[in-house]
Amino acid sequence: MASTDTGVTGPTRASIEARTLRTDRWWVAPLLTFVVFSAFVVYATIRAFMGRDYYSSPYLSPFYSPCLGDCVEGASDFGQPFKGFPFSAALIILIFPLGFRMTCYYYRKAYYRAFWLSPPACAVAEPHQAYSGESRFPLILQNLHRWFWYAAVLVALILSFDVVLAFRNAEHEWGHMGLGTLLMLINVVLIWLYTLSCHSCRHTVGGRLRHFSKHPVRYKLWTWVSKLNVHHAKYAWYSLFSVALVDLYIWLLAMGTFDDPRFF
Amino acid sequence: MTNYLLKLRIWRGDKDGGEIKDYPVEVSEGEVVLDAIHRVQGTQAGDLAVRWNCKAGKCGSCSAEVNGKPRLMCMCRLSDFEEDEVITVTPMRSFPVIRDLVTDVSYNYEKAKELPAFAPPPRDADGKRRMAQIDVERGQEFRKCIECFLCQNTCHVVRDHEDNKPAFAGPRFFLRYAELDMHPLDTHDRRELAQGAAGLSMCNITKCCTEVCPEGIKITDNAIIPMKERVADRKYDPLVWLGNKIGLRSKDYEGRTDA
Repeated sequence: MASTDTGVTGPTRASIEARTLRTDRWWVAPLLTFVVFSAFVVYATIRAFMGRDYYSSPYLSPFYSPCLGDCVEGASDFGQPFKGFPFSAALIILIFPLGFRMTCYYYRKAYYRAFWLSPPACAVAEPHQAYSGESRFPLILQNLHRWFWYAAVLVALILSFDVVLAFRNAEHEWGHMGLGTLLMLINVVLIWLYTLSCHSCRHTVGGRLRHFSKHPVRYKLWTWVSKLNVHHAKYAWYSLFSVALVDLYIWLLAMGTFDDPRFF
Repeated sequence: MTNYLLKLRIWRGDKDGGEIKDYPVEVSEGEVVLDAIHRVQGTQAGDLAVRWNCKAGKCGSCSAEVNGKPRLMCMCRLSDFEEDEVITVTPMRSFPVIRDLVTDVSYNYEKAKELPAFAPPPRDADGKRRMAQIDVERGQEFRKCIECFLCQNTCHVVRDHEDNKPAFAGPRFFLRYAELDMHPLDTHDRRELAQGAAGLSMCNITKCCTEVCPEGIKITDNAIIPMKERVADRKYDPLVWLGNKIGLRSKDYEGRTDA
């Protein structure tokens, strides 16, 4: 993986052969990101295409919510406008959370480093000869992040509704709770933290202003979102795990691997 | 205070070539890399070229790479390393080398010249200009920049691609673009220029500038990403475009002209 002639081994630079002189384990973070993200992508792809075992009354997997295609009975709380859709119902809606995470400023940093090695780590030469950043198609589409954020707010609202519905028993009687309810509740809190700490959210609520002094309410909102935004990367990871965990839990319930422990 | 022999290596050379050479040197606990470099200069290599000034992390002169990491040598404590660890000091690897640890950083000054200066409106009737305190505070973080150019040095857009230098201003100047675009008194709209001539879209926000900033400025989160979002407001947001068409436009940029 030689560095380029126009890079750190270029003719005007100090002549040093090594692509980096870093002595720490700089490769650990991108490797970890690569492994975990790849595992998630494989898992999510399998589950999204399966088209079954996504509902165990009263729990609906977040990968399939809202269930708008030919879904099993009880899973479609928003009707079935895509009835007859020939593939898994997850494929109808997953573009929104997927698009939100793919264009997220944190995930971009993570996958540009871990998957595209651009750069693999700071002051470690990248292997590519040419680089145009996000100035051309397709990466210019990263600018659509705020549109996916709008959609992500809707998705978070729907997942919150699912949590409310999870306070029922399998016969849809209210006032019950199980381990699944708790997992879904934790998941939706993490999803909201991730969604509200988004950089586009920070910009929209107040960051875009030039005069904070003329917009005291938006300034206040901006300061709150700014506090969350510091932890955006953390929420991105936590919510990635939680959404996969909830789906896995519901998958196992739906297959009858074990029964949902009920609290009341 | 204990002394020990530091296994120091320094890149020596100029634009025609060079190599990393060993300079074992006696150092004391509590010293910084720049102290060791000075001792080498004073006892072993009187012709060693090194740029430095304040020794307090405020002048931004002694930027270099210590064990491959862009650092200010005066803020790099020897106690952060094991006593038997080899420490390799090289010049910044993104800029043309002049000699030893000194590089030609004029790229940055060329980029500074391309950036239109602050353009305030006419003064109020009493001859003053006014800003509210919370509007002043937002830009304060950006003014901590000491222009050490470590962010420029570590940014892979130019570090790994010399050919991008004409089209890319770099993180230090995106900081300045953001500061001025957020400034309530500036009369320029700098979004088009930032995206076009300054090459903001070349940045893929991998955050190395933030990682190396010795002043701890959140360059990516507080300057580059907000600036990218401001550009998106203007160029990639159909709602804003529609608002402008039907007269429902944001008044925040009213009275501002393209820089």
